[in-house]
Amino acid sequence: MDVVFLSRLQFAAATMFHFLFVPLTLGLSVILAIMETQYARTGDEDYLKMTRFFGKLFLINFVVGIVTGITLEFQFGTNWSRYSEYVGDVFGSLLAIEATTSFFLESTFIGIWIFGWKKLSAKAHAAVMWMVALAGSLSAIWILSANGWMQHPVGYVIRNGRAELDDFFAVIFNKFALLEMVHTLPASYIFGAFVVMGISAYHLLRKHEVELFTKAFRLSLTVGLVCSVISFITGDLHGIHVAEVQPAKLAAMESHWETQERAPILLIAIPDEENERNLFEFGRLPGLLSFLATHDFNAVVTGLKDIPKDERPPVLITAVAFKTMVGLGTFFPLITFILWVKRKKLMESPLLLKIMVYSIPLPVIAIEAGWILAEVGRQPWIVYGMMKTSDAASPIGGAQVLVTLIGFILVYGLLGAVGYFLMFKHARKGLVSA
Amino acid sequence: MALQSTWFFLWGLLWAVYFMTDGFDFGVGTLYPFLGKTDHEKKTMIASIGPVWDGNEVWLITAGGVTFAAFPAVYATMFSALYTPLMLILFALIIRGVSIEFRNQIESQAWKRVWDTCFFIGSSVPALLFGVAFANIFKGIPIDENGIFHGNLLTLLNPYGLLGGVEFLLLFMLHGALWLGLKTQGDLHDRAARTAEKLWPLVLVFTLVFVVASYFSTDLFVNYFAHPALFLVIIITVAAIFGIRVYLKKGAFVLAWAASSLTIVGATFFGVIGLFPTLFGSSMDAAYSLTAFNASSSPLTLKIMLGVVLVFIPLVIAYQVWAYSMFMGKITDEDLDHGEGY
Repeated sequence: MDVVFLSRLQFAAATMFHFLFVPLTLGLSVILAIMETQYARTGDEDYLKMTRFFGKLFLINFVVGIVTGITLEFQFGTNWSRYSEYVGDVFGSLLAIEATTSFFLESTFIGIWIFGWKKLSAKAHAAVMWMVALAGSLSAIWILSANGWMQHPVGYVIRNGRAELDDFFAVIFNKFALLEMVHTLPASYIFGAFVVMGISAYHLLRKHEVELFTKAFRLSLTVGLVCSVISFITGDLHGIHVAEVQPAKLAAMESHWETQERAPILLIAIPDEENERNLFEFGRLPGLLSFLATHDFNAVVTGLKDIPKDERPPVLITAVAFKTMVGLGTFFPLITFILWVKRKKLMESPLLLKIMVYSIPLPVIAIEAGWILAEVGRQPWIVYGMMKTSDAASPIGGAQVLVTLIGFILVYGLLGAVGYFLMFKHARKGLVSA
Repeated sequence: MALQSTWFFLWGLLWAVYFMTDGFDFGVGTLYPFLGKTDHEKKTMIASIGPVWDGNEVWLITAGGVTFAAFPAVYATMFSALYTPLMLILFALIIRGVSIEFRNQIESQAWKRVWDTCFFIGSSVPALLFGVAFANIFKGIPIDENGIFHGNLLTLLNPYGLLGGVEFLLLFMLHGALWLGLKTQGDLHDRAARTAEKLWPLVLVFTLVFVVASYFSTDLFVNYFAHPALFLVIIITVAAIFGIRVYLKKGAFVLAWAASSLTIVGATFFGVIGLFPTLFGSSMDAAYSLTAFNASSSPLTLKIMLGVVLVFIPLVIAYQVWAYSMFMGKITDEDLDHGEGY
């Protein structure tokens, strides 16, 4: 069995599963902190009740996110030891800084939050949730700067047969990483907002605790609207930077084969990678890809044909992921804007409420698609332009990777099933239990 | 040289603190099916580690992260060579974490039994395997000049490795029993105290056997004979074990637990000092061994990371001590009734 392929599958399964839960942890912690602050400020019991209700959901989600994160840190060593040895001088420190500055804070304060209800004042307890939210986002920032370095390595020199740190500030102020942060964090908050809105809508449709769920809905709507707009704008800026530093990814995103001016966007395209063309094209919007890449309709965009065959990412997966992300990323600001206009008349718009119930999973689908685009689109590189994924795996037998891969699928599958079952059950039951 | 040596001992310290903190969580989980007779007692045992286990586990992440940052070649070779045991540990830690959270979500005997079993396995397996892994690191592992591991899981389950596993398991069980003595009352407390008394002679005997076996199976003692003052570490560790006994007799569980913490830190440092400067030794040829001097990061990275660690680790210790002190004292019924699930 091919160790590289199996290890890629395993890492993909482990990260994608991990990232089903992380965005909700990031988003919901911010929203919970706002709810609890409202309670501490106004003394309105509704805010306390909703903090407790969504807090329980948060904790089930949180623990799955935490335990699946641990395996990721170690997989660089177990499955990607050639990579770790080559870039550890730069990459390893970012992970270590994440643990010491952020993960400790998050994990210690979550314990205080869960068990500290009777030991702390309302204000102090709300402050603890702010610490959890802050630490979670800080943690994401460090991880994204590590990923940003794999996407666009800066601040290093090749010395002693490996990449060594040369300029720490270049690494932490890497433009690619900063753009990932301002795009991914708001995207995560959108998911938190959609979960609260969706569950609130479910109960509003059933006239449960109308006043409370209206408050929860409006509060998270504000978060959702603001973050959808931010994420949309930063996504656009991120696209321009990708076009500049990762032309192969950009071309693959749009199944774009020929280098040309006024490059078009194709609403639907089925690429034929063998023959370097598209089997089927529909909805040609001339100049739009040029605009997307540079904000100039007439600019030249490099096509895949001008990128060596062994440096092209898989086109179909990259393109589907991109379209999914962009489609959903356009839906979020639209729907939240409509809701914001109608925010005073929510109960009179059952259709909108129903849409929000079914929209709960959409942000996480968009986020996963975004990660597929980022990671598959970076192939065949593990560090763009520096190290190929095929050179990065550990010198270990394929059989043991196959065994752990099956283990991951079974354990994570079960874990996900149980986690979602518990969350669904709690979300449906509503405040009776809280 | 000084920078690399500093990092070597920081590396050892992080592992020691990890074993000291998550060690009692493992102990509580290992004793769980034996000491928790009723649902109430089981809940109490989980609640005793509830506020802190997650923060404790981060010491592992930090130890791993720091190995990656300061000694990338060690991180790469150690974790790929120890692939199977490390993956088993990680899977165990996953099911431990979720079992704590999931157990009390549904009031059903069958449901709880599943998560109770997971909690036990998720606690005892890492305790045992960390011992096996570290004993093998003390002994040296068959890696060649390219860091490729020539062996399998059974290579690691040699007598000395297994002895290390049992030693860790016993240390953590005693540590956990003392923690329960400290945190609980009534029948559970008395049972925990009796268990600690029964475990104590075993810990003493196995520790001494482990030290003697290390003399025959490893090169750890080379450093000790070169600098005899280092024998103090072994003496202090053994003294700490006797300290546990003294405080246990008096019913002073805080002090007994502190002595047990010192024992675990001492036992870890017994190995770390003996290893210096080797981080991951090859049993095939000493020339293939990874040391603090041939496997470290660049001086710039080591300096930046030292700055980070010197600023943030004391801060972490400060807020973790605050968290521990907030949840000091016995678990009461009121503590169990907070509606958050566990």
